[in-house]
Amino acid sequence: MAQIFHPSTNTISRVSIFGLIFFIAFAGWVAMAIDRSPAVTRERQVIEQPVPFSHDHHVGEEGFDCRYCHTSVEKSAFAGIPSTATCMGCHSVLFADSPMLEPVRASFRDGTSLRWTRVYDLPDFVYFNHSIHVAKGVGCTTCHGDIGRMPLTWKASSLKMEWCLSCHRDPAKYVRPREEVFNPNWDPASIDATRRAALIKEYKIESRTSCSTCHR
Amino acid sequence: MKEDVKIPAAADGEAMARATGCAEGGCGCGGECTCEAAGSTATESTCGCGGACAGETAAPALWRNLDELQGSAAFQEAVENEFPRQAVPLGLGVDRRRFLQLMGGSLALGGAVACTKQPPESIVPYVKQPEEIVPGVPLAFATAAPMAGGYALGVLATSHMGRPTKIEGNPEHPASLGSTDVFAQASVLGLYDPDRSKTITNAGRIRTWEAFVDALTMELSTQESSGGAGLRILSGAVTSPSLAAQIAAVLARFPQARWYQWEPAGERSAVLGGRAAFGRDLSVRYDLAKAQVVLTLDCDLLGKGPGAVRYSRDFARGRRVWESAPEGTTAGTMNRLYAVECTPSPTSTLADHRVALKPAEIGAFAAALAAALGVPGAAAPAGWNHPEAARLLPVLAQDLLAHRGSSVVAAGDEAAPELHVLAHAINAHLGNHGSTVLLGEPIAARPANPLADLEALVGELNAGKVEALIVLDTNPVYDAPPELGVAKALLSQAARLRVHWGLYDDETARYCHWHVNATHYLETWGDARAYDGTVTLQQPLIEPLYGGRSAHEVLAVLENRSGTSAREVVQGLWQPRLGGEPQWRKAVHDGFVAGSAAPAAGAGVNAGAVAAAARTLGEAAASQQGLTLAFRPDPSAWDGRFANNAWLQELPRPFSKVVWDNPVYVSPRTARELNIDDGTADGMPGRRAAVLQVEVGGESIEAPAWVLPGQADGVLTLHLGYGRTRTGKVGKGVGVDVNKLRTRAGFWNRVGATARATGDRYELASTQGHFVMESRPIVRHATLAEYRQHPDFAREAVEAPAHDMTLYPDWPYNGHKWGMAINLSACTGCNACVAACVAENNISVVGKDQVFRGREMHWLRIDQYYAGDYEAPSAVLNQPVPCMHCENAPCEVVCPVAATTHSFEGLNEMTYNRCVGTRYCGNNCPYKVRRFNFYKFSDWTTESLKLQRNPNVSVRARGVMEKCTYCVQRISAARIASERDDRPIKDGEVKPACAQACPTEAIVFGDINDGGSRVAAWKKEPLSYGLLEDLNTRPRTTYMGRVANPNPALGEKA
Repeated sequence: MAQIFHPSTNTISRVSIFGLIFFIAFAGWVAMAIDRSPAVTRERQVIEQPVPFSHDHHVGEEGFDCRYCHTSVEKSAFAGIPSTATCMGCHSVLFADSPMLEPVRASFRDGTSLRWTRVYDLPDFVYFNHSIHVAKGVGCTTCHGDIGRMPLTWKASSLKMEWCLSCHRDPAKYVRPREEVFNPNWDPASIDATRRAALIKEYKIESRTSCSTCHR
Repeated sequence: MKEDVKIPAAADGEAMARATGCAEGGCGCGGECTCEAAGSTATESTCGCGGACAGETAAPALWRNLDELQGSAAFQEAVENEFPRQAVPLGLGVDRRRFLQLMGGSLALGGAVACTKQPPESIVPYVKQPEEIVPGVPLAFATAAPMAGGYALGVLATSHMGRPTKIEGNPEHPASLGSTDVFAQASVLGLYDPDRSKTITNAGRIRTWEAFVDALTMELSTQESSGGAGLRILSGAVTSPSLAAQIAAVLARFPQARWYQWEPAGERSAVLGGRAAFGRDLSVRYDLAKAQVVLTLDCDLLGKGPGAVRYSRDFARGRRVWESAPEGTTAGTMNRLYAVECTPSPTSTLADHRVALKPAEIGAFAAALAAALGVPGAAAPAGWNHPEAARLLPVLAQDLLAHRGSSVVAAGDEAAPELHVLAHAINAHLGNHGSTVLLGEPIAARPANPLADLEALVGELNAGKVEALIVLDTNPVYDAPPELGVAKALLSQAARLRVHWGLYDDETARYCHWHVNATHYLETWGDARAYDGTVTLQQPLIEPLYGGRSAHEVLAVLENRSGTSAREVVQGLWQPRLGGEPQWRKAVHDGFVAGSAAPAAGAGVNAGAVAAAARTLGEAAASQQGLTLAFRPDPSAWDGRFANNAWLQELPRPFSKVVWDNPVYVSPRTARELNIDDGTADGMPGRRAAVLQVEVGGESIEAPAWVLPGQADGVLTLHLGYGRTRTGKVGKGVGVDVNKLRTRAGFWNRVGATARATGDRYELASTQGHFVMESRPIVRHATLAEYRQHPDFAREAVEAPAHDMTLYPDWPYNGHKWGMAINLSACTGCNACVAACVAENNISVVGKDQVFRGREMHWLRIDQYYAGDYEAPSAVLNQPVPCMHCENAPCEVVCPVAATTHSFEGLNEMTYNRCVGTRYCGNNCPYKVRRFNFYKFSDWTTESLKLQRNPNVSVRARGVMEKCTYCVQRISAARIASERDDRPIKDGEVKPACAQACPTEAIVFGDINDGGSRVAAWKKEPLSYGLLEDLNTRPRTTYMGRVANPNPALGEKA
């Protein structure tokens, strides 16, 4: 009776078994890469909003301070989204007839809120607090990227836990002087490691990696 | 039923002999006892060491139920099968092959579930942002939580973006001082109850408010001609000045109209007793901070009533023996509590001496005491003798006489009016009036005998005199004694317009033409008086969820000023009285009108009334026969008004720890006479209780029996508030309606009843036997004298291993080091902490069936231990058990996914999103404080309930473990606030929900590293001990050993 398997099968099987390890590792790598890709994290993707609001115009060109609209960023966990009245403070005069701003005027007229879609949407089991980050010298652009130059708003970071931890494990990499927190054009390279270390000390910043810091 | 769980006779039961032997002569095990303080027999038998014997024959010194006392097979099974709840079969009837298929499929799909993409979420900003609201920062508003009897508790309601989510005590309000009771805690769920009545109806059809106003106005215009001869108002007890003013205005408009009040569980006896004693209506309150000796006569002084929260706080101050200690010593002075009662109450768990007597015997006891004290007019009853009472009486009399002006004798609402007369006479005789017992002008708008009121109304209804009846949030069809015939009377032909105003479309609403849905107290303006008369203002936190109307608006229609809002009524009354708008605003901000307590009033006690009362009580004691039925308001459902509150339903009732039911309490001896056992376990955590048929005067009910050590023999305690037929889906059909057995004469206590076992079994879910820590020295207690001799008695009971006896490297905890201390000498087991924990931490309700399987979700439980004899326990000890936050936490090392970890501040943390539900942690926890979501217990679908949730705590899903977090969200908020302002966290700034709610300040929390903190000071005391410290868990939650202050003249331990 002829042999069922050709002698080369031995080699093929050895290679296959050996290769399987690489295949599984590769498959794992692919899965992780997909998970971290913008396709999943929605990083750098413009999200459609009722009004095509431009931070580039308001912050970059007109020079608004972040806190003009995000009023509770220093007091609350939530930075605050401006009320329609805040928008209409200017837009009852400026671009008062622009069709783009019709939803804003409609909101003001009818007393119904605008419904913005969240750009930075943390899972519900994560409790992030803006006020303490701002107080400890974490600037807006550290997480929100070059927001002052975004014509439409997108997410500049993945919001993966490893991304949070990169700072929570070593805050010295990201700290800046408090007076520069709301500066959209601040250059991280403008201070050196010694100054950063001094800031960490001055602001009493500790590495907070206990689970309950964010999860409760 | 198993042979060995029969109730033993005191004489013939082997187990009882063992127990007695233990109590008398130490452990009796012949082996080694780990208690090193065993210098005297007294110390040995009280230090709780009994269970720590090396031998296994001794019965425990402290026990939770008969099984544990006997060490029966059922108890052994419960101990060995640590998690019976895990062994509950699916009950699907699947075979092995099918089971493996399902498991395989679940495993494969399990991973896929995690792949869900987050759905897009919206941010909806204001159109015009209100000035004071910072999104994400909660606000607190002072308001008034209504209590039974129309009284108010001053509270602060927390509002998250316009949603009231939590009730806390108002620290400046005299009735609260920052604490609350269970009802105030649970009231926030009442607001969001989806079963609340949502519309105005007429004969079951939805109608508008305008239609109702038209119908009522039309009737009123007919009434006008006769001066309102056919108009009647029936309300609950009223203390609210603005409501009273409105009623007065209505009565001025209709001089022939009548206002009646009905309360099924009110202060009737106190009102009648006060009138008899003083000849007029007076309010009575106590200053327990000054009281050295307190005697309660069938009175749950610290557990219920409008002043209970304040009384608890004042009384507990006298129990913190180390705080009153002079410099350089460990023990100061303590107050002393004597309790004489028929059924165990939270108050009596702190009693230094307690005697269980039948209600009629309590009267005789009071008469004998009054005579012994030399109260004018009092005579000891002839022919009544009770050995235990006779032993206590002379000693008690001497103690009271030694504390003239600093003692309190308090009679309960359920006691006979004559008992109140005697209590007043004794207090007057001892010179307590004006010092510890404060008499004042009445607090109720019109103190009334509710039975007489309701009887008069029924008479008028039957006589056809009533044409229009307005019922304001009271439910006599359900809760009045049936002999009054309220339901039948309501159907009187003449009563052509019957209006019911209430939160629920209840039994009484069914007998009324119109039903107007009421506003919850968090939805409207109002006012009410506190226990001391302080006017407490109520302000709304939210628009009425279902467009309800307040009582003020309904009465405004009667006043002929329809359309007046509740705010206009309340502000209209108070602004002129207070002297202007700024003063009104301040009062609303503070929540009460300062200095508005009832003015003091004095009156002598009528000696003739005392003599008559003593005679009546003596005769009642002599002529009793059969079983006595004692009706009591339920600690959760009260008179039935909270029957639809699932948080309250799921609170383990003090003593029985039964949830979702109202079993009949029976004493062990009476149970033996009735030939019933204490229920069989059948390997389940719940119990199958014997069903009793209770019969009196031709009426009978069938109800499960709960054998309760400490209950007076021959007394069956029945709790009101169950067996509701018309309420929401939560409360409907829960328990047994006992109102059927109530009569005018037997309103609170009815004699001449019989009971027999039907032979049926009824499943009762009780947590009393759950999470046993098997006879170890869990609760350590001593008398004051022993404590003075051995201040270290609690620590000496068990030796904690040396600090370095661990393989893990030491962690220094340089920053905050959070810890908790619980004072066992103060805990009454009132459940306020448990209710507060549920409200704060979004703890789900699991229902009776799951509790029966031992799957309750409460993060904090109150274990109740008995000391001594099964038939006459010498003490009841409460022990709240939250997570211990062990520094060497056994749960952490066994978690395969690091879902439970240790924080840098020493918190034992639970990260829900990491948990995969292996339950290893729960398995390895020696304190059994971890709770597992076997099902999706949280309600994720009912919209109104979503509004209640605390936004700072995750709502847990199925399959994750959860446990006490020390309210880490509060710690986090305080830390962020302090670091933002660059200042340290002040002591007392972080208060977990339990500590904040506790009326006795039994729970203290803070930073152990902060030398000036209260918790650090407590933990330094020799009384402080850790639970199961010998396991080297180094618990952060520690206990202050319980110290009792029995009278040395009685020569024994409490």
